[in-house]
Amino acid sequence: MASKLLASNLRQTLARISTFSPLRSLSTAAATAPALATSVPETFEDPNEISIKGVRISGRPLYLDMQATSPVDPRVLDAMLPFYLSRFGNPHSRTHLYGWESDEAVETARAQVASLIGASPKEIVFTSGATESNNISVKGVLHFYRDKKRHVITTQTEHKCVLDSCRHLQQEGFEVTYLPVGSDGLVDLDKLRSAIRPDTGLVSIMTVNNEIGVIQPMEEIGKICKEFNIPFHTDAAQALGKIPIDVDKWNVSLMSLSGHKIYGPKGVGALYMRRRPRIRVEPQMNGGGQERGIRSGTVPTPLVVGMGAACELAKKEMEYDEKRITALQERLLNGIRAKLDGVVLNGSLERRYVGNVNLSFAYVEGESLLMGLKEVAVSSGSACTSASLEPSYVLRALGVDEDMAHTSIRFGIGRFTTEAEIDRAVELTVHQVEKLREMSPLYEMVKEGINLKEIQWSQH
Amino acid sequence: MLRHVSKRLLQGISASREVQSPAVQLFLPRQYHERVVDHYNNPRNVGSFDKNDPTVGTGLVGAPACGDVMKLQIKVDDQTGKIVDACFKTFGCGSAIASSSVATEWVKGRQMEEVVTIKNSEIAKHLSLPPVKLHCSMLAEDAIKAAVKDYEAKRVKPAAGAEAAPTEKAGNV
Repeated sequence: MASKLLASNLRQTLARISTFSPLRSLSTAAATAPALATSVPETFEDPNEISIKGVRISGRPLYLDMQATSPVDPRVLDAMLPFYLSRFGNPHSRTHLYGWESDEAVETARAQVASLIGASPKEIVFTSGATESNNISVKGVLHFYRDKKRHVITTQTEHKCVLDSCRHLQQEGFEVTYLPVGSDGLVDLDKLRSAIRPDTGLVSIMTVNNEIGVIQPMEEIGKICKEFNIPFHTDAAQALGKIPIDVDKWNVSLMSLSGHKIYGPKGVGALYMRRRPRIRVEPQMNGGGQERGIRSGTVPTPLVVGMGAACELAKKEMEYDEKRITALQERLLNGIRAKLDGVVLNGSLERRYVGNVNLSFAYVEGESLLMGLKEVAVSSGSACTSASLEPSYVLRALGVDEDMAHTSIRFGIGRFTTEAEIDRAVELTVHQVEKLREMSPLYEMVKEGINLKEIQWSQH
Repeated sequence: MLRHVSKRLLQGISASREVQSPAVQLFLPRQYHERVVDHYNNPRNVGSFDKNDPTVGTGLVGAPACGDVMKLQIKVDDQTGKIVDACFKTFGCGSAIASSSVATEWVKGRQMEEVVTIKNSEIAKHLSLPPVKLHCSMLAEDAIKAAVKDYEAKRVKPAAGAEAAPTEKAGNV
């Protein structure tokens, strides 16, 4: 009798543990609280609470960081799934149906990507992402033409992977010119023109900046490059599917593209390589000669199909998305500016992608603001959270005062952002900025009429 | 009886399962210690005293360009030299806010000679600050010293008959 009781009791409680424990780690299910209250006395807190990295959040934060990455569009996932399960063939298999159907799917995706940027499918090479595309472009071109071309031109506000590739070239003895940008974040075309030398092998300037969202004058840069007959590479990861792209109009020779910024999967990107006039690169990865030998390695069919589907959707919905995101951006800006003074939008006002709102809140430090905004997933323009305590190099290149560069936050609005999310983000931001300004000695001094610039600060 | 034992046993299991989650979190990089989060969410002694008050000492350290400015003020009992009240305002990251909040808590009710011996390492240890955030605790230490120095300077001046000039300069540290 007793052993029977024990057994049934054991079964019951074990069942409870096994059903509840995984639930707690994965979802915000409220059902976990009563069962756990018996074993752990201090779980009288919010049952929806998530605790990660020492931060406790009630429910999942709302997502406003679309420049970092975007969720996969369900329609994209639908297109991808068959290629994981039943149509799993290697697209390079030439001897059976599995290979043929995968190959066909890859070629369809290639056409979808090409069509979004006004290129021919033959000019698209699939890679693992924009970082790889940038590496192939910058290092590949210079390595290929190394006998005659020894010089690269880029800007100070490029993405890290372009800057780092350039650093690498410098170590190999190439020369690099890092063009400065104006206070609006745009390159000065005259400076670009005067930086060109007879041995310049590549101009690499990104289309849309990832931190501040400004759009460079691509057509004009393309014209200058054509005039001097220099290959023009652009990192368009943040521009694809968001602003109209035409590789012929821009006279681009190489363009880096990414899948996960346009509601596609992570781990896939593409490189556009012009065929006429032909641009040649030295491959960075050697192997089976896939993707015309530019990028060896089996093409990941599901990911590539996802990127193709994402491009097709983006082409269809770009105009609609743009309208919606513009309205949301205005809602965000007006909402914040109606309640707070000393808010500065970083970067050009006219030439910018609307989904990227990089704001500096004067007298409030960015990292502490982020810490308070744990219910909003945004990122700080300042790299304070990384090992270096330096403010963002992009903002410094813009000539933003160092104290203001410490106060920036980037809001990224996307296809799935709702008005309610924007309203909540405005509410939380305003509340937190007010709280921190109440705590800020700088804000107090400014209110007393003290000019902060005249104070002799002790440096640490 | 057996039922009771089995329940206890199983409770032990489920409790130990629960313990796993913080252990896993230890591997995640750079999380704030809960004391930092607590001081950030509920900062102690935020505010300002009149800096022209002769019993108030003000310490202002750091620089906006570095991303941290700390202002710490103490109110001192003239007779005993005891710090009766303290407050702060800080522009800086969560660790800087927490460090200054802790500093005000620690100086309150103590003698001036005592508080200048507070070491940045004690604050850093209390808040489990990571190496990149150690400068926050150093700022807090400097702010305490600057406040005491400012108070002492004020006491000397009125004795000499001069008006206590409002010190606008950041503490030299």
